[in-house]
Amino acid sequence: MSAKTPSRLERVLAAGHKAVTSECGPPRGSDPEVILRKARLIREHVDAVNVTDNQTSVTRLCSLASCVHLKLAGLEPILQMVTRDRNRIALQSDILGAASFDIHNLLCLSGDHQSFGDCAQGQNVHDLDSMQLIQTARHMRDEGRFLGGEEILRPPKMFVGAAANPFADPFEIRVPRLAKKVAAGAEFIQTQCIFNLEKFELWLSQARERGLLEKVYILAGLTPLKSAGMAKYMKNRVPGMDVPEEVVKRISGVPKEGQAQEGISICVEAIERLKEAPGVAGFHIMAIEWEEKVPEIVERAGLFPRPALD
Amino acid sequence: MIVAKGKPLEEIIEAVKDSQSILVAGCNECVTVCEAGGSKEVGVLAAALRLYFQNQGRKVQVGEITLQRQCDREYVSQAREEVEPYSVVISLACGVGCQFMAEEYATLPVQPGVNTLFMGGALERGVWSERCQGCGNCLLALTGGICPVARCAKRLLNGPCGGSTGGKCEISKEVDCAWHLIIERLKALGRLEDYEKIIPLKDWSTDRAGGPRKVVKEEVRL
Amino acid sequence: MRLSYPVHVRVIRVPCTGKVDLVHILRAFEKGADGVYLVGCMEGSCHYEQGNFRARKRVEQAQRLLEAVGTGGERVQMYNLTSGEAPKFAQYAREMSERILALGPNPAKLAAAAGQGQAAQGSGKKGVA
Repeated sequence: MSAKTPSRLERVLAAGHKAVTSECGPPRGSDPEVILRKARLIREHVDAVNVTDNQTSVTRLCSLASCVHLKLAGLEPILQMVTRDRNRIALQSDILGAASFDIHNLLCLSGDHQSFGDCAQGQNVHDLDSMQLIQTARHMRDEGRFLGGEEILRPPKMFVGAAANPFADPFEIRVPRLAKKVAAGAEFIQTQCIFNLEKFELWLSQARERGLLEKVYILAGLTPLKSAGMAKYMKNRVPGMDVPEEVVKRISGVPKEGQAQEGISICVEAIERLKEAPGVAGFHIMAIEWEEKVPEIVERAGLFPRPALD
Repeated sequence: MIVAKGKPLEEIIEAVKDSQSILVAGCNECVTVCEAGGSKEVGVLAAALRLYFQNQGRKVQVGEITLQRQCDREYVSQAREEVEPYSVVISLACGVGCQFMAEEYATLPVQPGVNTLFMGGALERGVWSERCQGCGNCLLALTGGICPVARCAKRLLNGPCGGSTGGKCEISKEVDCAWHLIIERLKALGRLEDYEKIIPLKDWSTDRAGGPRKVVKEEVRL
Repeated sequence: MRLSYPVHVRVIRVPCTGKVDLVHILRAFEKGADGVYLVGCMEGSCHYEQGNFRARKRVEQAQRLLEAVGTGGERVQMYNLTSGEAPKFAQYAREMSERILALGPNPAKLAAAAGQGQAAQGSGKKGVA
């Protein structure tokens, strides 16, 4: 696949490198230093940085403004957009806003339900769903037109991605669902945190059989576990998460002070194994409020230094 | 049917406590079936209000009436003689009936006695479940007869989202994942390949989004 | 057995406690009763299977409503016994009488007696078809 946009992430992938992305959650306040501090911790070790969009429906500094801060600081942002909070007018408008700052990556999501957040009494919008947001972004880029049909002056040049959860139920539609997102126009996929490597590899092989991996870059999502408590929480409480018992056992078997290090080792070993899996185009490392560990993970996994592009 | 649920008695008392005379008005249609505003519920609410005023030592006339349909001007206007002597009406009909009462009796305060919730049906005695949001552009043919607009918490037309677990929605283990149901249904119909058809952007102009809606059927107008 | 029980208990016989509706309980208070209790068969041995369970739910609902209108929820109770337990019937009647005597009269009667006005009057039910 050759690059169709100026996106650095796309060019890294098109050149055949294993891409590395990570994410920064914007602060619950207006201090840009919070996001810039996180960015400085990881900037040498990643190709691009996802900025979450009011994740878990908790109100935060907006994803777009945070992306602008990153862009101005010389990083490559991936704008996450959920369909929960904006209708098709606002979504198109924000895509143009991002494009005006030459933000070239977009991740299309539906977003957690608002009942998880700090405005549980609020409305949700869902004028579009994530599938239709992918279509919208591709339409704006490829046709150079608004949904309404009018021409866009200087259309956005977005590398368009989506999320996939290989572990959610029902499993039998996980690959068809990926196929649907690819058909809608997704060019890269960042997956849910992978702890169950066998199940992920099964999903990947089914995707390969359907010829999807020639059409889309799969970035395997990984989260280092900080503690046995976090492992159990993710196993039992987070919807759509698959943490096998042996992972919980492994981290629980280590004394408390060594559990964080064990969590990082589990993560590094997973990357090393998946680096060999055909069809894994890169890694998306979600170190939740633990960004300072990203460099260590990237270095130990042999993914450093990041490729230099001209 | 339209499913409603009685408002807390405390809220109703607060709304009418200064009234001179009160008519509790039920409806024989949906709210009777969902046991929120039929003649039985009218009797209970009226008795409770009479007790309240008795306990206050106040003489307040609390009357009872149950119309065949409150969402029909003909029935609502027929009740004029019974309705007009009262100083306030508590309507136990759905939001539609309550408004029709208010429209017909322009100078009479009409208080809602129920919260109107959704269009749905009875799963068993005492349990009602939502099925339709009246989006005005039915897509059940595409989704195996299960509505994602009414039954998915994010009304995703191309679900399920990543939060679907064991057939349940991320918002609650009590709520079925609509898309899980759709997939099971498509499987049962031997149409699972239809799952991969992307449902295009929906025209919401026939929904609430398009403003208040009206149906005119010329051939039956008088 | 010729057991005695308090004279001010008025017995209303119904085929099953399941026949007693919420509105019947409320009407009794409207008409000046100081307390109402239902005596049903033992739970699990209703001839109609669910009757006394329904009655219990209605008693609980009546308690909530009577609390909200100021009559007091504890003035309604549910008891269960078997048909052979006459001493229990008398015992429940005494228990209920003692409970009500401790609570005092229906507050509606007190309010009326206080001369702040007459008790509210019910009006007939009317259905318009």
